[in-house]
Amino acid sequence: MEATEDIPYQRSFYVEGGNFSYAGIVSTSIKSILKQMDFPNDIVRKTALVSYESEINIVSYARKGVIKLTVLSDIIQIEAVDEGPGIPNIELAMQEGYSTADNKIREMGFGAGMGLCNIKSYSDHFDLISEVGKGTSLKMVIKIH
Amino acid sequence: MNTEAIIKALNLKVRSAEDNLKKNISGGYTGDLLSDVMANSHEGDIWITRQVHQNIVAVASLKDLAGIILVNSCEPAKDTLEKAAQENIPIMISDLSAFELSAKVYNLLAEKD
Amino acid sequence: MKLRDVKEILDAEVIVGEEMLDMEVATAFGADLMSDVLAFAKPGSLLLTGLTNDQVVRTADIIEIAAIIIVRGKKPNVEAVKLAKELQIPILATKHILFDAAGLLYTKGMVGSLEKR
Repeated sequence: MEATEDIPYQRSFYVEGGNFSYAGIVSTSIKSILKQMDFPNDIVRKTALVSYESEINIVSYARKGVIKLTVLSDIIQIEAVDEGPGIPNIELAMQEGYSTADNKIREMGFGAGMGLCNIKSYSDHFDLISEVGKGTSLKMVIKIH
Repeated sequence: MNTEAIIKALNLKVRSAEDNLKKNISGGYTGDLLSDVMANSHEGDIWITRQVHQNIVAVASLKDLAGIILVNSCEPAKDTLEKAAQENIPIMISDLSAFELSAKVYNLLAEKD
Repeated sequence: MKLRDVKEILDAEVIVGEEMLDMEVATAFGADLMSDVLAFAKPGSLLLTGLTNDQVVRTADIIEIAAIIIVRGKKPNVEAVKLAKELQIPILATKHILFDAAGLLYTKGMVGSLEKR
């Protein structure tokens, strides 16, 4: 348990695929946790934003997933790991406007092919690993200046 | 007021159907949900959106809209442009937000009434 | 201007936040795509949208939108109202379409909010 000395805060949240009535609840919690830690508003917003887009992705496409918030002394990290169909062509998925969303997702105001672009442009560091038939894993780092 | 006058007044860039800018504009509609625009826009409206997907051309064509203005400097997708050329639907680009562009077009149309 | 003025200008019905109408709002953003709002709307703006579900409220909360204006005579769904009350985000509903609502507000001094990031 020595490692916890380097990790002031870590918490994981379960996300259920396909259940839109709770979509966003994890990101709202993450936002209030960071607010309670007194982070500046822009850092809180950025983190909540990348977490929310990832959460919407899990709900929209995966069977289930976990969002893990880690707060270190110089960075905040959000990891979103899901069990789902995976992304066959990452380059294509990263293209703004490209989407495989169905109508239900689109009518909710998502699925316009902007989510991953938003995640990328709001993270200071962003990694995406995906395996078709298994799932997708996103790692986003926000620097604390 | 026609499409050409709005292009001039608001400094829009034209990306397709440059020979089809004389249509009279009867009103404006702002929205990003195709089903909404399909259901609620009117013939002769200029449509303001940030959707760049090729389906916007089909909606504009089916509803006889005067043209489409993309906001936030969004560029249309390649297949959107090809479709727009086929259907002769003007696609224009503005660097303004949907709110501001809608407001400015609204005021231009109001002046002429 | 105050949210109360927005209500007047748009002849809007207050669905949530009658007690918050004295809040100041200077900028507005109009969109139906939530990722667009997340990417480009400035914190503290009004959000004008045709969407009525609770993701609108979540989105507003994430980037600290001051208040939500639902256009075209639509009403927010039950979950959206519940969440807005919980998160203290006012929701107003107007009969005007987004295009007209933008025109009416802009004429009275509301400016656009586009964060170039």
